[in-house]
Amino acid sequence: MKAARQGALSTTLRLAGVTVLMLGLWQALVALTDTPAFILPGPLRVVEALWTHHALITHHALVTMTEVLIGLVMGASLGAATAIVLAASRGARALLRPVLVFSQAVPVFALAPILTLWFGYGLESKIAMALLIIYFPVTSAFFDGLMRTPGEWLEMASVMGATPARVLTRIRIPAALPALASGLRLAAVYAPIGAIIGEWVGASQGLGYLMLFANGRAMADLMFAALVVLAFLTLVLHAVVDKAAHWLVEHQTQSPDSKVRRIVF
Amino acid sequence: MAPALQITGSAAVGATTIFPPLRLEIAAGRWTVLLGPSGVGKSTLLRLVAGVETTIAFTGTITADDGSAIAPRVAMMAQSDLLLPWLDVFDNVTLGARLRNEMPDRARARAIVERVGLTPHMDRKPGTLSGGQRQRVALARTLMEARPIILLDEPFSALDARARAAMQELAADVLSDRTVLLVTHDCAEAARLGDAIFIMTEKGMDAVAPPATAPIRDFDASEVLDAQGALLARMRGAPV
Repeated sequence: MKAARQGALSTTLRLAGVTVLMLGLWQALVALTDTPAFILPGPLRVVEALWTHHALITHHALVTMTEVLIGLVMGASLGAATAIVLAASRGARALLRPVLVFSQAVPVFALAPILTLWFGYGLESKIAMALLIIYFPVTSAFFDGLMRTPGEWLEMASVMGATPARVLTRIRIPAALPALASGLRLAAVYAPIGAIIGEWVGASQGLGYLMLFANGRAMADLMFAALVVLAFLTLVLHAVVDKAAHWLVEHQTQSPDSKVRRIVF
Repeated sequence: MAPALQITGSAAVGATTIFPPLRLEIAAGRWTVLLGPSGVGKSTLLRLVAGVETTIAFTGTITADDGSAIAPRVAMMAQSDLLLPWLDVFDNVTLGARLRNEMPDRARARAIVERVGLTPHMDRKPGTLSGGQRQRVALARTLMEARPIILLDEPFSALDARARAAMQELAADVLSDRTVLLVTHDCAEAARLGDAIFIMTEKGMDAVAPPATAPIRDFDASEVLDAQGALLARMRGAPV
């Protein structure tokens, strides 16, 4: 117990040590080579920029996070629904699977200008980007899980005279939740990428827009500050989704009439 | 009423024989034990009766003496308990009804859980139970199905000796009125439980006289120990 705590402590210390060392190297590099701040600002300049522009950064971060969250929820729901439809129907598999795989041959990034053309410069085109970029990973992870139900369970269900719909909701979906959870973890990291690309192509708000704006005015410190905030928010989002995914797997489907009512499919 | 079953035929995958032509009579309301070494197709035979075997071609007939279909009247229990880890004991026991879109009979389920001695563990998940307890849940789930034909595929072979003996006694008690086909490679189990005993080898099926007393027999009764020895000798190829 004590050893474990010491282990965790030393990991934290090591991590902090490495971070401080890297930041120190960065600062030293900037100071020694006399690199102009508009090319590479030192970490102190970036912290300063974070503080000076915190209202501006917060505003744009909120916009980006809104796009990311809406895109994430919509993309995950659509992806999960697609996976279930594919798993439930052989016909849908035959029809949709080639289309899905083919659609992956089109780089989502390349669609950004088209999406901006269709949905305009507002939130919608960025939400669409975030949605598109996570849709396939979620669909494919969950679908794989749904198709890998242990055969013995399916046989048992068939001996019991189960209906296909009930087998899906009572066995296949709960058994595939860990797979869905890993899809969602990926989605949490991908969704911000989609939103930022969308903002680069055409926007008047958001961290991606702010970075381009700062770049155009040679404000590298603000660019780096926006980048740091974006990375931090992505980490937080990943942690939250990871927690939610854990919860999902731990508290899987309960029968509606059991004492504790939880997620019911 | 529990029907008698009759199986006549052979099984193959492509050109590979799984078992040669054989004939098996399973008496109504009795325990028929199918004893044999691994790999002779005992489980295949059982799966054919249950109607879940899809890769192996069976040539022959599997019929019930009352002429009705067999598959809808079958409940099955295997070596692996097949409990769903996200459901508690009660929900696992009532799984069949839920899968058929029926309301489970909760009072009956509680009585069955009581009968297998798991009432204190009703709300626990399988992950927190011992191997023996998990197999009791599987037995309760099988009982809950209220099917007259029970197919048991080495259901006790993963248990330790003490839990296995206890499970044999419990199963013999609760399944006494059903037509039971038990597949096993354990001679002691066959000697304890069989109303009728068949030895299945690569060559085919042989009926063996069970001990004179009625099952379930004491594991240390002399006729059980004698039968156990004789069964092993038979399985190893000794003349009768």
